[in-house]
Amino acid sequence: MRRAFELGLAVATGLALAFLLLPMVALFLRISPAELADALTSEVALDALWVSLKTGLIAHFFVLLVGTPAAYFLATKRFRGRGTLVTLVELPLVLPPAVAGIALFALFGRLGLLGRTLDTFGIQIPLTQTAVVLAVIFVAAPFYIRQGIASFEAVDPLLTDASRTLGASPARTFRRIALPLASSGLGAGSALAWARGTGEFGATIMFAGSLQGVTQTMPLAIYAQLDLNRDIAVAIGALLVLVSLTVLLSVKLLPSWTRFTSPSFIRSAPSG
Amino acid sequence: MDPLHVTLVHPLRSFRLELELEVDRETVALVGPSGAGKTSVLRAIAGLLRPEQGRVALGDDVWLDTGAGISLRPERRSVGLVFQEYALFPHMTVAENVAYAGPRRAGELMEQLGIAGLGNARPGELSGGERQRVALARALARDPAVLLLDEPLAALDAHTRVRVRAEIEDLLARLRLPTLLVTHDFQDAAALADRVGVVVDGRIVQVGSPAELIAGPASPFVADFTGGNLLRGTARPAPSGLTEVTLADGSRIFSTDRLEGHVGAVVYPWEVAVAREAPADSAQNHVVGPIAGMVPVANRVRVRIGPLTAEITAASVERLGLRPGEPVVASFKATGTRLVPLA
Repeated sequence: MRRAFELGLAVATGLALAFLLLPMVALFLRISPAELADALTSEVALDALWVSLKTGLIAHFFVLLVGTPAAYFLATKRFRGRGTLVTLVELPLVLPPAVAGIALFALFGRLGLLGRTLDTFGIQIPLTQTAVVLAVIFVAAPFYIRQGIASFEAVDPLLTDASRTLGASPARTFRRIALPLASSGLGAGSALAWARGTGEFGATIMFAGSLQGVTQTMPLAIYAQLDLNRDIAVAIGALLVLVSLTVLLSVKLLPSWTRFTSPSFIRSAPSG
Repeated sequence: MDPLHVTLVHPLRSFRLELELEVDRETVALVGPSGAGKTSVLRAIAGLLRPEQGRVALGDDVWLDTGAGISLRPERRSVGLVFQEYALFPHMTVAENVAYAGPRRAGELMEQLGIAGLGNARPGELSGGERQRVALARALARDPAVLLLDEPLAALDAHTRVRVRAEIEDLLARLRLPTLLVTHDFQDAAALADRVGVVVDGRIVQVGSPAELIAGPASPFVADFTGGNLLRGTARPAPSGLTEVTLADGSRIFSTDRLEGHVGAVVYPWEVAVAREAPADSAQNHVVGPIAGMVPVANRVRVRIGPLTAEITAASVERLGLRPGEPVVASFKATGTRLVPLA
C-alpha cells in the first residue's frame, strides 16, 4: 500500500516535469545550432531584439524609478485604505492581457480619457514605441512593487528608528538603511518584472501593434514569423527560453550574495 | 548643562502612561516590571513616539509641547538612544556604524570604548558585550545632550553583564550627561543610577536613591522589587510604644514604624540573623521553623525559614552546621522592620 503511494507520487512528479520541460526540449531539437545562429542574425530577429531591448530598458527604468519610492511609501506608512491600495496595485497581475490592452486604449486611444487631450497637442500614442513601453510598464510594474513592499516591510523598524535618532533625515534613512537592507528583495522583484516585461504579448499587440523595427518585440516577432519563416520563430523562442532561464537563476541566486544584510542582532523580550 | 524635563500622558494597551520627571547631570533609572511603559517614555523623549499630551524640554530648548503644537523630528533632538537590542546596522562595519551620526569623534570614541580593533567587523560577528559598546559609541558620536539607555544589560549573559555594568558605570561617571536609564532589574538600577524611579502601570510610584528605596519602600511592590521580605499581617499599637503585627499564622512581630490595619512588614534578608536557639539579644522578632531551602549566592547563602529569607555568610552556615529541614530561629530587629500599607 505504502509502496504504491510512493510510486504514485514519483509518477505524478515525472509526468509534471515531462509536460513542463519537453516543449522546451522540442524547441531546441527543432533547429540546429548553425540554423539558430543564422535565424537570429536575420533582419526580423535583430529588429525584434533591438525593439525588445530598447523598450524593455526604458520601461524598466521607470518601473524602478517610480516603483521603489511607491513601494517604500506603501510599506512604511499606515493610513486608512492602505490595504485596498495595495490590492489595486496588484490587480494588473491577474488581469487578462487582452483586458490590459483594451484598457490602455481606453485611456490613451485617440478618443480615450487622456488620449483626447494628447491628441489636441498632436501627440498620438497607440501603435508607437511609446505604446510598447507603456504596455510593458503596466504589466511589469506590479511584480516589482509587490516584491518591493514585502522587502521594505522586512526591514526592522528599529533600524530606521535608530537612524533617525542618530540625526539622519527620513531621506537619508531611506538611502543608507532601508534601501541597502531591502536590496536583495528589490533585485528579485526587478528580475521578475523584467521577465514579465520581456514576455509581454497581449496588451502590446492590441495597443502598439506589430510593426517590424518599431513595435514588434520578440514575442510579437515569433507570432508574426510563425507562418512566414518558422525557423526564425523557433530561434527567437529558443533565445527567450535562455533569457528566462538566466532571469530565473539570478533570482534564485540573489539571496546568497546579499545574505549579510539580514539582521543578526540578538532578539530578546521587549521591555516595558 | 541644562536639565531634561519631561511630562507625559499617553494611553498604552491596558493603562495610561502618566509621569513627570526631571533629569539633571545625573543618572536616573526607571525600573519596573516588563510592560510598565518604560520604553515608551524613552521613545517619546527621542521623538519616535508622539504622546497624546506632554512636554519635553532640555532647559529652554523645547522638543515637544503638545499644547503649543511643537514636536521636533527625532533627528533634531539631541539624544543618544541605545536600544535594548542595540539596533546596529547589519550591512555596515563597526566603524561605519559609529561614524553614521558623525565621523568627527568616531575614532576617538572607538578608542575610548575599546573597540578600535573591531572597525572592519560587521555587527553579526560581535559578541553581546562588543555590540553594546558599539551601540554606545554610535549613540555618543552624535555628541548628544541627553543619553537614553533602554535595558542596556538585558541582552547579555550573566557573566558579561557584571563586566559591562562596571564599564557603563565608569562611562556615565566620565560623561556627566543627563542620563535616563530603563531596566527591569533593581540591582542594575542601583549600580548605575543616582536616583531610581519605580514605574508601575505607567506611573512613578516612588523616587529616591537606591538606598532610600531599600530603607523606606512606599509600597509592597517596591519592597518586593528591591529584594525585601514581605510579611503580611494586621498592625495595631502595642503597649510598649511599638507597633505589633499579627501574621497570618498567628505569630507576632514588632516594628518601630507607626501604622494600623492591613500592612506588609518589610525585612531585608541581610538584616535577618539565624541561630540554633532563640538568642538573648536585643532583637524583638523571632520566627521559628525548619530550613525550607538553602541557595548559595557568591560567598553568601540565602536561607529560607517559613515566610522569611535570610542572607548569611557561608562561614556562618559552616559554623552552625545548618542543613535543610533542621529547626532554627530567625531573628530581626524591630528597628529594621519597615511597615507599608496594603490595599
